[in-house]
Amino acid sequence: MTAFGYKLPAMSSLLIWGLLWEVIGQMNLTFFVPPLTTVIATLFSVIGTPAFVKAMTETAYAFGSGVFFAIAIGIPVGIMMGKSRLLDELLLPWVNIFLSAPLTALVPVLMVLFGFGMTSIIITTTLFGIWIIILNSRAGVMQINRSLVEMARSFGASPLDAFFRIYFWAALPEILGGVRIGVIRAVKGVIIGQLLISIVGFGALFELYSSNFLMGHFWAVLIVLFAMAFSISEFLAYLERRVAYYAAKR
Amino acid sequence: MSQIKPPHDAAVPVSSPESAVSVRNVSKSYGPVEALKNLSLEFPRGELTSLLGPSGCGKTTLLKIIAGLLPADAGDIEVNGKRVTGPGSDRAFVFQDFALLPWASVIRNVAFGLELRGVAKSEREAIAEKYIGNVGLSGFEKAYPHELSGGMRQRVGLARALAVDSQVLLLDEPFSAVDEQNRRKFQEDLLELVRHENKTFIFVTHSIEEAVYVSDQIAILLPRPSRVSEIIRPTSFRNKDVENIRRDPEYLDIVDEIWASLRTYTE
Repeated sequence: MTAFGYKLPAMSSLLIWGLLWEVIGQMNLTFFVPPLTTVIATLFSVIGTPAFVKAMTETAYAFGSGVFFAIAIGIPVGIMMGKSRLLDELLLPWVNIFLSAPLTALVPVLMVLFGFGMTSIIITTTLFGIWIIILNSRAGVMQINRSLVEMARSFGASPLDAFFRIYFWAALPEILGGVRIGVIRAVKGVIIGQLLISIVGFGALFELYSSNFLMGHFWAVLIVLFAMAFSISEFLAYLERRVAYYAAKR
Repeated sequence: MSQIKPPHDAAVPVSSPESAVSVRNVSKSYGPVEALKNLSLEFPRGELTSLLGPSGCGKTTLLKIIAGLLPADAGDIEVNGKRVTGPGSDRAFVFQDFALLPWASVIRNVAFGLELRGVAKSEREAIAEKYIGNVGLSGFEKAYPHELSGGMRQRVGLARALAVDSQVLLLDEPFSAVDEQNRRKFQEDLLELVRHENKTFIFVTHSIEEAVYVSDQIAILLPRPSRVSEIIRPTSFRNKDVENIRRDPEYLDIVDEIWASLRTYTE
């Protein structure tokens, strides 16, 4: 970006918005928006506290497991659906329904089924992330050049060989795209799960801060969450660019 | 003059020992469409046989049946006396659209057939390197397919098929996606290969000139349903220099003759 002929460093727009926040905070318009400097000071004081560390590890654990299941189940199921007409007809309507369904409404049901603990949160996270991963893996497999598959067969590839050496790699750009969106959705899943079940992780922390009007703390934790979600998404986007060299030339 | 034999009739005698591939009474339908009907053809060992015909005549179908990629509805395929039930290591396929792995380097692509056969990495890369040299791509081992021209990509496809050292090479319109100058160079190289590799080549093409230029035997297929209408074996120019073939009177005669019999089938 350039302004008045000067080249501005990357992210300089963030500075402007941060400045605006600070100004509004200093004007003391509302208790809801404390100055950014206060928030950041709180952030550093909060980060080391046992409550924060506990929330962080619980969330990381729930998020990690949820994403793991979403990927470990989603990619093979998507690839199978792309390969098998029967499986596709059987599962596709459900995948589409769950993709567009308001999954938040399912969380109470999960709580009844799996209790108020970690299991429900992990399942919520998986449910948020998995559908788009399935759909994208399926789409990736369906656009595979038929002659690549024939080539592998003609050189004696077993179905397992074809799966790991052809289907997975040929669909990888789409799969990674799906994983990126799925992971972003899983961040929502893990937070919504924790908020609704609200006795563990950041959900508990949010509940605690907002009910005690600790807005500085509230914003500090929110900034940490946003930053983490953004970094994960950027990292996956970077992986996606690594395979872009062949994505357009298959 | 060329020697023109009538097509084989349905009852072909037991395959002669000099046939590497025998196709006997093969039929194939796609739903109501009969692609091949009771087709029989012998492919002599160590020679290049072209399957030539108008589009939709089932030449690629026949090639894929021989490759074991498509099942025949009826009839038998034998390769070196063994009945074909699926893809096998006695045949290697060269694809019209190259079918290279876009995420793999040239050397891994060439070694891919060996990789699937479980050959150790160092060994298969040594073999691949040799064939990369043979097709004139030395120095491009680490390149990726998208960095190569169409002609170079097909050289990779050819090297991959040669690397598995199959007795029979199946080429499905391999030069149709390659530009004209590269195609001519390819055709000359193919003649060299046939002469030195002692393999049986089955070559599908829709170009009359190309078929006559490279073939020891040309099978003309006519469509709907596909059958062998005639088999032409050029005799006089096969051992001449590559530069003189296109001026040879027999070459010109055969090209004209084939055109005369195919022109009624053009759309």
